[in-house]
Amino acid sequence: MAEKIGIYVCHCGSNIAGTVDVEEVARWAGVNVKDVVISKDYKFMCSSLGQQMIEDDIKKEGLTGVVVGACSPHLHEKTFRATCSRAGLNPFLCQMTNLREHVSWVNSDKEAGTVKAKSLISAAAERVKHQAPLEPMRVKVNPATLVVGGGIAGLQATLELADAGYHVYLVEREPSIGGHMAQFDKTFPTLDCSACILTPKMSEVGQHENVTMLTYSELEEVSGSVGNFKVKIRKKARYVNYDKCTGCGICVEKCPRKVIDDVFEVGMGHRKAIYTPFPQAVPRVPVIDTANCTYFTKGKCQVCSKICPTAAIDYEQQDEIVELEVGNIIMATGWKLFDCKKIPQYGYGRLANVYTNMEFERLCNAAGPTNGKIVLRDGKTEPKSVAIIHCVGSRDVKTNPYCSSVCCMAALKLEHLILEKTKAEVYAFYIDMRTPMKEYEEFYQRLLEEGVHFVRGKVAEVTDAARMPDEQGKLIVQVEDTLVGKQRRIPVDMVVLMGAIEPQADAKEIGLKCGISCSMAGWYTERHPKLDPVATMTDGVFVAGVCQGPKDIPASVAQGAAAAARVQGMITKGEVLIEPIVASINEEGCSGCRICNTMCPYNAIEFDEEKNVSRVITALCKGCGTCVAACPAGVITGAHFNNEQIFAEIEGILWDAKPQTEKKELQTAK
Amino acid sequence: MSNKPKGKLALYWAASCGGCEIAVLAIDDKILKVAEAFDIVLWPCAADGKVHDIEKMADQSIDLCLFNGGIRTSEQEYMAQLLRRKSKVLVALGSCANEGCIPGLGNLNTRKEVFDTVYKEGSSTVPENPQDVRPQAETEMPEGTLHLPVFYDTLKTLAQTVDVDYFLPGCPPEAENIWTALVAILEGKLPPKGSVIGVNTTVCDECKRTRHEKKIKKFYRTWQIIPDEETCLLEQGLMCCGIATRAGCGALCPKVNSPCIGCHGGNDGVDDYGARLMSGVASVIDSNDPDEIDQIISEGIPDPVGTFYRFSLASSELRRKKKVAAE
Repeated sequence: MAEKIGIYVCHCGSNIAGTVDVEEVARWAGVNVKDVVISKDYKFMCSSLGQQMIEDDIKKEGLTGVVVGACSPHLHEKTFRATCSRAGLNPFLCQMTNLREHVSWVNSDKEAGTVKAKSLISAAAERVKHQAPLEPMRVKVNPATLVVGGGIAGLQATLELADAGYHVYLVEREPSIGGHMAQFDKTFPTLDCSACILTPKMSEVGQHENVTMLTYSELEEVSGSVGNFKVKIRKKARYVNYDKCTGCGICVEKCPRKVIDDVFEVGMGHRKAIYTPFPQAVPRVPVIDTANCTYFTKGKCQVCSKICPTAAIDYEQQDEIVELEVGNIIMATGWKLFDCKKIPQYGYGRLANVYTNMEFERLCNAAGPTNGKIVLRDGKTEPKSVAIIHCVGSRDVKTNPYCSSVCCMAALKLEHLILEKTKAEVYAFYIDMRTPMKEYEEFYQRLLEEGVHFVRGKVAEVTDAARMPDEQGKLIVQVEDTLVGKQRRIPVDMVVLMGAIEPQADAKEIGLKCGISCSMAGWYTERHPKLDPVATMTDGVFVAGVCQGPKDIPASVAQGAAAAARVQGMITKGEVLIEPIVASINEEGCSGCRICNTMCPYNAIEFDEEKNVSRVITALCKGCGTCVAACPAGVITGAHFNNEQIFAEIEGILWDAKPQTEKKELQTAK
Repeated sequence: MSNKPKGKLALYWAASCGGCEIAVLAIDDKILKVAEAFDIVLWPCAADGKVHDIEKMADQSIDLCLFNGGIRTSEQEYMAQLLRRKSKVLVALGSCANEGCIPGLGNLNTRKEVFDTVYKEGSSTVPENPQDVRPQAETEMPEGTLHLPVFYDTLKTLAQTVDVDYFLPGCPPEAENIWTALVAILEGKLPPKGSVIGVNTTVCDECKRTRHEKKIKKFYRTWQIIPDEETCLLEQGLMCCGIATRAGCGALCPKVNSPCIGCHGGNDGVDDYGARLMSGVASVIDSNDPDEIDQIISEGIPDPVGTFYRFSLASSELRRKKKVAAE
C-alpha cells in the first residue's frame, strides 16, 4: 500500500511561530518529503478545530500516517493519538515531534530554527512510514494502595481511601505516624491546637480496618507497573514484638537510660533509650534505640525485658522485608528543615539563644520540654525581647532560591504566641511579607495591631559583640531597615530563625525507586504544574503534600485527598490500558545465552529452562530497550523503536547532510 | 540431481588464505557428484581455466559462482565484476568474501603502512631491499609497460564491490554447510535473494554447556586458565563470542573447550556484529565503578578490535581506521 503521510505544523500561538517559520516548514515538507500528500500549519493544532482538521484529512485523504510538529509529546501525544483513533487510524501511526521545547524555546535564530524544524519533521515523517499499528494491553488494577509517608498529607490520603472501602498500606519511617504537624503547637491563622486536630486522624488511621500501618519502615524496592506494583518494605527491627505489646509504656517509664531527642524534640528535650516519640504516638508500640540502649552497648541492663508484662521485648529481632502488591502508590514523604548552621553569620549553634523555628515550636508547645514556657537556654529566664528572622535559607541564591511559602505565616503565629505567653518585645525581620491565602492577610493585620515591630530588611548578622552599653549581654541583630533607609542594631535576648523547608535528603533516591523525578530544587515533579498537580510521569504513582513543593497544611490535606481521589478513579475503573511499547523476543532465534536476564530493570525477563529461551513478561515490560541493545543475537525487538524505525528517523534528520552518492554506496554495502 | 542438464560452475579466490578452497574439497567424495552436475569452467586452485575464456562467455552463462576472499586489488575487483556479470548466482563463500575476515584487519593500517611492513621493516625483507623497491602498478621497461594489480588502501567485501545473491559464512564454511548450500542451489530451493544460507540463531543454541545469569568480574585470555567443560565459557571469563555469532557450526570451538571467536558473523538483522557483541558483553560486566570497569576491560581484553571485529571490521560500520591524511 502506498504511504500517504499528513504533516501538521503547529504555531502554538507565537510559542513556535515566533522562532520558526512554520508556514515555510509546512510548505517545504509538502514538496520535499517523500510520500507526503498533505502538509498544513495551524495556529493551535491541539484545539478542537485543529484536531477536527486532522480527523477530516485522515478520512478524506486516507492518510496512513500523521506527523504533528508541536509541543512535547508529554503534553499532547495522547491528544493527537486520540484524534487519529477517532478517525480510524491506529494511534501508533501518529508521530509527534517537538518543535517547541526542542526548537523554538531553546533557540532565538529564526533561520536556524526553521532548518532544525524541517529536519525534525523529515525525521518524523520517515519514521512514521515504518511504524506499525499497535493495540494497548488491558491490565486489572489491584485495589490496594501504598501510601509512603505518615504526615498529614499521607494520613489524609490514607483515610480517604480506607473510608471508601479500599485497603491502604501506610509506610512511615519514624516509629509513629503524624509527621511534622505533631511537633507544632498551634496552627495558623486560626490558632487551633495542632495536636488536637491531628491526633484524632492518627488514631482513626491506627484503628482503621482497611489500613495496615508499617511504621519504623522504609521503602526498599518497587517493581511492576500501574495496576500491579510489587513493593518491598524494610520493617526495621523495633526489638519489641508488635503483636504482644499493649502499649502500656511501663518499659519507657522504667528505662534508666535518658538521651537527647534529636528528632521529635529537635534536641530540646529528652527521651528514653526505649521510646515512643510522643505520648499520643500511633502506634503506641515503642522502639529500642540500639545506639544508646545500655543492653545493646554494654550487654547489661535488660530492665525493659524484665518489666514487660507481656514479654514483648525481643533483643534478637531482625529487620524484616515485607512484600506487598498494590495497584497505586502515593508519595507523601514530606520535608526537612534547612540546616541553619549553613548561614554562620546568624550564629545558630554558636550563640546559645539563637533557635530554629522547629526548636521554638517545641518551646511553645504545652507538651514540649518546658511545658510551653518560653525561656532561654538556661531553662528559666523569660526573654524580654525576641527577634524572628524570616527567609533563613529561602529566597537566597546562596542556599535555596525558592520561597518556602509558609514561613511568613508560621513566623506571625510564633510572634503571636510570644506576645500571648510573655511580656517580650517582638521584632520581625522580613524581606517581603507573603500572606496570600484565606484569612492570612487578616492575621497579619491582627499582628500589626498586637504590636509586633516589623522591620523590612534582610538581616546581615546576629552577634554577641556589644558596642554600646545597652547591648551588653544581648544578641544584636544588625539589619538595614529598608523602609527607614537606615542601618539598625537591635539588641534582643532571643533570636528565632525561620529555617527553609527543604526536600528530604533522600527524596531523589526514593523517587527513583518508583520512577519519579525531582525538580532542580529536589521537589517531586508532577505531571503538569497546573493541570495535573498530583499525578506524575509514572502512571500509578501520585504525589501529595510538601514533597511536591512547599505548602501549608490545608494545601497538603487537599493534595492528599486529591491523590486519593485519583487512585479511587483508577480502582473504580478496574483496569488500565498499558502502552503496547514493549520488547519481545523471537524465540526461534533466541539461543538462551542469558545475557539479557540480568539486564532488565523491571525484572520483566524470565528464562525458560525447558525450552532454553528467554521470554519477556509483557505486563511488566516498560519498553525501556535495555535488553534490545544487550541482545547479542539481535533477536529482541522493541516495539515502536525497532532498527528500521530508528534508522529511518536518522536518515530523515540528515536530509540535508548526506550526499546522494554516499547514500548509494551505503545501500550497496548492506 | 544427475538427470538435469549439466550446469556451469566457477570458483574463485581473492584476498583469502585458501582455506575455503580446502573446505570445498572437504565435502569428500561428494565432490564427484558436483562434477557430475556441473562443468567446472574456472577454479584456479584445482582445475585449469583461463580468464580470457570467461571473458568470452555470454553474460549469465555460469550457473553458479562460489567466490571467496575480500577485494584488495584491482585484479580482484575486476574478477568480481567479471564473474558477477557472467554468473546467474553469485555466492560469497566464507568470512573473507562475507565480512573481510583477517585480511580486513589490514584496514587498521594504510597501504603505506602495509607496504612499509612488508617491503621495508619486515625482518626478512630489509636486507634484500636496499633500494626500497615497492610494487608499482605500471613500470616502464625497454620492452614496454609492465602492469601489476593496484593494491587498494582499503579492503572491501564482495558485497561492497558487486551485487551478491547469497552468503555462506564461516572461516572456513563447514563442509556440510557448503554441501547443503550446493544441494539447495541445485534443487532450486533457495531462500530470498540476499539471504545468508544458514540458521538464524547463535552458537549458544548449539552449545551444550550450562548457562546461568551472567556476571563477569574478570576476563581471562585462553592461555591463562583451563576452563571446566560443563559451564558456559563466557561465565568463566573467557571472551567467547558465541552469544553474538550465527550458529551452524555445531559449536565446534566451545565443544573442544575453546571460546568461539565469531567466524560466522552476526545474525540476520544485526547491522554491526562487533557493536552487538560489545554491547552484549558490556551488559554483563559485574561492576558499576567506572575505574573498575576500565580495569576489567583493559586487563582482560587488550585487543578490542581484534576481539570484537576479528572477522568483520571491513563490513562493519567502522569499515577502517580513520584516515588522518591522504596518502
